[in-house]
Amino acid sequence: MNPPSILLDGLPVPFVNGQTIMDAAMAAEIFIPHLCHHPEFKPQGSCKLCTVKANGRYVSACTLPARDGMEVENNTPDLNDKRRTLLQMLFVEGNHFCPSCEKSGNCMLQALAYELEMLSPHFDPFYPNRPVDASHPEVLLDFNRCILCELCVRASRDVDGKSVFSLSGRGITKHLIVNAESGRLADTDFSWADKAAHVCPVGVILKKRTGFAVPIGKRRYDVEPIGMQVERLAARSAGEEG
Amino acid sequence: MRQTGQGFELETAIADAGTLRRVAIDPVSRVEGHGKVTLLLDDKDRVQQVRLHIVEFRGFEKFIQGRPYWEVPVMVQRLCGICPVSHHLAAAKALDHVVGASRLTASAEKLRRLMHYGQILQSHALHFFHLSAPDLLFGFASEAGRRNIVGVAAAYPEVARQGVLLRKFGQEVIRLTAGKRVHGTGAIPGGVNRAVSREDRDGLLADVGQIVGWSRDAVQLVKRLHAADPALYDVFGAFRSNSLSLVRADGALDFYDGHLRVRDADGGVLVDGFDVQNYHQLIREEVKAWSYMKFPFLAALGPRQGWYKVGPLARVQNCDFIPTPLAEAERRELIDHGQGKPVHAPLAYHWARMIELLHAAETIAELLHDDDLSGSELSTHGARAREGVGVIEAPRGTLIHHYQVDDDDLVTTCDLIVSTTHNNQPMNEAIRRVAQRYLNGRELTEGLLNHIEVAIRAFDPCLSCATHALGKMPLQLELQDVAGAVVGRLSSAS
Repeated sequence: MNPPSILLDGLPVPFVNGQTIMDAAMAAEIFIPHLCHHPEFKPQGSCKLCTVKANGRYVSACTLPARDGMEVENNTPDLNDKRRTLLQMLFVEGNHFCPSCEKSGNCMLQALAYELEMLSPHFDPFYPNRPVDASHPEVLLDFNRCILCELCVRASRDVDGKSVFSLSGRGITKHLIVNAESGRLADTDFSWADKAAHVCPVGVILKKRTGFAVPIGKRRYDVEPIGMQVERLAARSAGEEG
Repeated sequence: MRQTGQGFELETAIADAGTLRRVAIDPVSRVEGHGKVTLLLDDKDRVQQVRLHIVEFRGFEKFIQGRPYWEVPVMVQRLCGICPVSHHLAAAKALDHVVGASRLTASAEKLRRLMHYGQILQSHALHFFHLSAPDLLFGFASEAGRRNIVGVAAAYPEVARQGVLLRKFGQEVIRLTAGKRVHGTGAIPGGVNRAVSREDRDGLLADVGQIVGWSRDAVQLVKRLHAADPALYDVFGAFRSNSLSLVRADGALDFYDGHLRVRDADGGVLVDGFDVQNYHQLIREEVKAWSYMKFPFLAALGPRQGWYKVGPLARVQNCDFIPTPLAEAERRELIDHGQGKPVHAPLAYHWARMIELLHAAETIAELLHDDDLSGSELSTHGARAREGVGVIEAPRGTLIHHYQVDDDDLVTTCDLIVSTTHNNQPMNEAIRRVAQRYLNGRELTEGLLNHIEVAIRAFDPCLSCATHALGKMPLQLELQDVAGAVVGRLSSAS
């Protein structure tokens, strides 16, 4: 008997029961754009970049379990247009100044903007006032770049057992906070060795004093576009940036 | 220049400004950035006031505050797209002190030096061939539509070709050392992040002989222009002033590092061996209500006597020698031209600039043979400090970056004194001389007003850096009557 499979952009993609559409696509090395998804963590479907059309309905590929015979649209002009709009909103909600960002070239947000051919922010920027937290001896937190993916929240809670990070506020005022009375990272037991220090897809959590040690042109997404790196995206692990 | 009670002659009109006619050259064209010149004329068209204004403001010094120090060399270079390497390196040099890298590795210093001399080469070539050659080859009041690089290419195709290729070579040097032709990331606090492979060096070495040859030709071209019309080149916009630049410990011309030296208008040494870390004891800045660009001066002499010029003409005459043979021979010829006195003529900036172009080409040729460029020890660090000053001779003159960093690694203060700012008073002096000599009592034409711009261009100002503004627009000038009504308008497009 053939294993169950979905039809992803017309291609049969096998899966095992319990896998999501994203899991199946990654296993087959087919790229579905995503930011908040990480194969080591329980999916939460908040960024919506992985939105696909399954049997005619818009769904999050990272949360919807695959079902045998499901017809899934992924790389279509309609979906990529919506994803581009989502990216534009993420860019204007924060302060993303790629030219001087240490994460440039290793940043998933930037890489997806290139991948999906985002040519301008389109929307008026919010220019939020988000001071950096440089209190920790090893790590800088630059909240300007936070996209609320909660990967650091999940990693710190579920892997490190520390719950250093959390989201606070509602709606447009929602923001990342540090779980300390002072609100400062220095007043937590956070360490560069933590899993949470290595899962940020953008440039919020950075090791101090090592900026630009890797030249432009030799960084992860300089070498190969993100859409070609599915295998490595699936194999992301602690210690590997991006 | 004679000074009035309110400042320098022609800085502020003595007569009621309301009775004078205002002419504005806005923006000044074929310079980097955005500035304007205003003239006030009386009813007999006599010049009463001349000012070079810098009209926009961005304020890098403010928004760099609160950022982590390791971002700074990459961020501040965005001040400019013409010589970002200068800001990149000046910031890195300042932050070397913060990370305790009192002495870089040999590879790091040579790679930075190569990057910088590539920058000098491309910037000087851009300025001379693209921006100034049209005036010098065709005449200041020649047909406006022809006064551009396209006109030069049509009339002097080989000159234009060499100018373009000289610049391209400099850009390639930058690409190989910084990662990109514009806004790379080669320098980091404490060193560099990349070496240059033997293969890349060989690629540059294949062309560098030709580059040195073309640079020699460029010096000869400028000398021929001077020799053809000394009455113009030696006096156009000329004013006497002090001169400031870095020189190497042994007195050699050095664009990358050294101590500060100041000579007075007669060539006597006023200050020598001055440690750049103490620059704030040497230099003060004056603010004037009519310009966003500050007016630096030597603290010991005050704003009226202490202003000075920087850049190629100051550097070539401030140093004792140039440490490459071809450029040194050309330097001696320039010094001889002054007959024992410093050459102050603004148009001699072009001569000095091309000597520096030649020196940069010779230095690059020497460095490319050095295996340290392909070394692996690229950075170092030591005891952390809270403050650092980095000074470099940018293409347009002395560039000062000063940062203070707190215990959390964030920048708390930033002070930038850029090359063009040092030349603020000199440029104002030059255009006042030109206005008095050429414009006084005459009906103004585009060609006459271009004389003002020719004087400004000699300094190769980068108005973007000077006020951190960006923009480049065609020349447009307006004539207004006493009541302020526009009675005529000229633009380069008309």
